[in-house]
Amino acid sequence: MRLKSRHLCSKLIDIKFSLGDNLDYANHDIEEVKMQLYDMPDARGHFGQYGGTFVAETLVEALEELRVMYEKYRHDPVFLAEYAYDLKHFVGRPSPIYHAKRWSEKVGGAQIYLKREDLNHTGAHKINNTIGQALLAKRMGKPRVIAETGAGQHGVATATIAARLGLECVVYMGSEDVKRQAPNVFRMKLLGATVVPVESGSKTLKDALNEAMRDWVTNVHNTFYIIGTVAGPHPYPMMVRDFQAVIGIESKAQMMEMVGRQPDAVVACVGGGSNAMGIFYPYIDVPNVRLIGVEAAGLGMETGKHAAPLTANSPVGVLHGNRTYLMQDNDGNIIETHSISAGLDYPGVGPEHAWLKDIHRAEYVAVTDDEAMTAFHQLCRTEGIIPALESSHALAYAEKMAKTMTSDQILLVNLSGRGDKDINTVAKLANITL
Amino acid sequence: MSRIQSAFATLKQQGKTALIPYITAGDPHPKFTVSLMHTLVKNGADMIELGVPFSDPMADGPVIQRASERALSHKVGLTAVLDMVRAFRETDQATPIILMGYANPIEAIGAVAFADRAKSADVDGVITVDYPPEECAGFVKELRARDIDPVFLLSPTTDAKRVELIVNQASGFVYYVSLKGVTGAANLDIVEVAARVASIREQTKLPVGVGFGIRDAATAKATAAIADAVVVGSRIVLAIEASNEANLLTNVATLMTELKLAVDAA
Repeated sequence: MRLKSRHLCSKLIDIKFSLGDNLDYANHDIEEVKMQLYDMPDARGHFGQYGGTFVAETLVEALEELRVMYEKYRHDPVFLAEYAYDLKHFVGRPSPIYHAKRWSEKVGGAQIYLKREDLNHTGAHKINNTIGQALLAKRMGKPRVIAETGAGQHGVATATIAARLGLECVVYMGSEDVKRQAPNVFRMKLLGATVVPVESGSKTLKDALNEAMRDWVTNVHNTFYIIGTVAGPHPYPMMVRDFQAVIGIESKAQMMEMVGRQPDAVVACVGGGSNAMGIFYPYIDVPNVRLIGVEAAGLGMETGKHAAPLTANSPVGVLHGNRTYLMQDNDGNIIETHSISAGLDYPGVGPEHAWLKDIHRAEYVAVTDDEAMTAFHQLCRTEGIIPALESSHALAYAEKMAKTMTSDQILLVNLSGRGDKDINTVAKLANITL
Repeated sequence: MSRIQSAFATLKQQGKTALIPYITAGDPHPKFTVSLMHTLVKNGADMIELGVPFSDPMADGPVIQRASERALSHKVGLTAVLDMVRAFRETDQATPIILMGYANPIEAIGAVAFADRAKSADVDGVITVDYPPEECAGFVKELRARDIDPVFLLSPTTDAKRVELIVNQASGFVYYVSLKGVTGAANLDIVEVAARVASIREQTKLPVGVGFGIRDAATAKATAAIADAVVVGSRIVLAIEASNEANLLTNVATLMTELKLAVDAA
């Protein structure tokens, strides 16, 4: 692991503002933060061999402008205060941690705690990031924001903050996803966004990202591209992680408050990996906390129809501006992925996850569509919480793990989103027409 | 001296501007690619830019995206493209071939293995759209060690400091992308392009090619007057797309003749 401590002071400021200084657990965290030594990426956005800025020359200046502006504002007290204010008053943070007692008992083994990102405004963790980037867009004087979306959660979160800040909003969405996620398409339109169906390639998330990049390169003078996950060229993986880190920062304080210690493991689903990176990041330098990322095994790892590049040890390659593990054929063309959850249906993964895998700080596993569905139903019935299909992957693996652990051990699962958006998919599986 | 360098040297002696057409290898079908390449040369191509199909062509507009998809539907990947170059070389050892594509097919093979295989297929230059100079120093070294020219793009937003960085890595020529945006986008502003090309020339002795937005004889002629090479991509790919098997080569030949006349008249 690369050890350094240079950004320590500014990190303390970050955390104080992210939490909001009226939260009584803010000071709790500071002692522990002093131990934080992990300092990635490097100045050009590399996490070891991963990450970087693999873009056409036409985008270099735009990314440089973004990099400079983000550096300027990431430690700016006024910016951070505005961000913290919106997290508290618009999103409803901090999101609680909930002890899923009944489910834990039923599973038998470790105690399972849920970080309730599903309770955020718009129903998922995505809004933490879109607010940060939209506030940056405003400061950069860009009146128009664009976004890519798969399941539609990031699109909705972008449309939401664009409406609130009076920014024009265009969301690119694969035409397959437009069909699969009709309610979220309508939500975006209600919020005043233009949804552009993308017909190229596999007509899913990766193609939406390509199209958003093409828009950006053409309209860079007035447009800010709000990327929804910890992928893309530098500084996106770092910036999205920083905006999502509020999840882990709160969790650390809340766990101390609730049980007086940190969990034995933190479990989160990984598509691009933003919710996982958000909860993992503040834990990286905390010893004895296992970090477990759960990818989508789709129809089963052995079938090849999955979306789990880390678990499958896919070859390393370059896509969407960064180097990472990538699902691809022998010619280096990206292959189609499969997952029941549109939000995990992505052939790559954020470069920092690739790095955390290689240095063995985080472990990556995968669960199938069926396993995720089982966990989905269990949480509905035993805890009265309808989880997103994405988050159900993390729940499914937590269940497996919990069974091998003792009742005094603790698992913290990032419940990254709620499942209201998925009811059509679930109904269809049961042959029910809504 | 590489094939690209001597081609530019010869053209310079003749007071001419190079015409560099682009086609995507395997479009509309792999069986036509080598004949299309010969047709391009017969009708005025001084060099050929051969596109390597990629599943996620982020920097390309709809026209070249569709070409890439047509080629991929016939499973044309980088290995097949190198075989096409080898087949072309059986009867043409003179015309420089520049591969244009994205990083990942190269990453899949590995920089050293790719450079070896490109050399053995007799490729002259490589443009890798998403390898900015900061990210590909090792790759450039492998290419140059084999006398393959790494060709880089310069854009309207590339400042003087970056031009410096890029021309220090590049050889063969540099390729000025005359528009913001993707391939095949709107019209170009020739006055602005001329000013940019002039300022690039102050920083390098490398020939300067200009592409993106050249859609007819008039824009080709105007560009030829200010550049060392005129690169025409989407317009040719459109002609390929609009053709059937019977008139494909004739249509491309007609368009090339028209472009060649315009470039030579500049």
